[in-house]
Amino acid sequence: MLHIINRSPLSDIALESCLNTATGGDILLIEDAVYAATSGNAFEGKLRAAMGRFKISVLRPDLEARGLSDRVVEGAALVDYAGFVELVAANKTCQSWL
Amino acid sequence: MSDIKKFMFVNRKAPYGTIYALESLEVVLITAAFDQDVSLVFMDDGVYQMKKGQQTKGIEIKNFSPAYRALDGYDVEKLYVDKESMDARGLTEDDLLVDVTVLSRAEMGALMDEQDVILSF
Repeated sequence: MLHIINRSPLSDIALESCLNTATGGDILLIEDAVYAATSGNAFEGKLRAAMGRFKISVLRPDLEARGLSDRVVEGAALVDYAGFVELVAANKTCQSWL
Repeated sequence: MSDIKKFMFVNRKAPYGTIYALESLEVVLITAAFDQDVSLVFMDDGVYQMKKGQQTKGIEIKNFSPAYRALDGYDVEKLYVDKESMDARGLTEDDLLVDVTVLSRAEMGALMDEQDVILSF
């Protein structure tokens, strides 16, 4: 399953709830959720701990917009909009944690 | 002049994910045009508004961050950033677009007490 998150981990529990609930699969961080994958963020530890169960992808245009494309945590993959579509197509189901 | 009030704008949201940051900037400029005493506070995810190097071409949204550099042209020079919020996000003063005053939570609270009007975004 593909899990899509679009909220900052420090102002909304969507990502934390996803990590605590889902058993594994792909996670795509978009919009304000990209902050979760930046080094030095207080959520970094929880994201790293989840990397064994989940494959973490981050939407590059959203990182660039926020001036943070140079500090993505190691182990997270950067994808563009085509990569977003590929993730959706590759997964049988897709859940947006709104 | 006795009709000058102290206005504080409290910015707690990241840019682009919601419209709040841009709307705050608009109201700040309007308030400054009326010669009021304007302070801007950036705390929680609001500190991300001040991040250098924003490039929004890929998301096709206007990059409004250069406007923070132009604020002193409108006599808006009181910019305050919460240290705790920067620390929690791995940011330092070097990451910010403009020179700001960094405050502790206690100092921020005291500054809020001095205001006549507080607007939250």
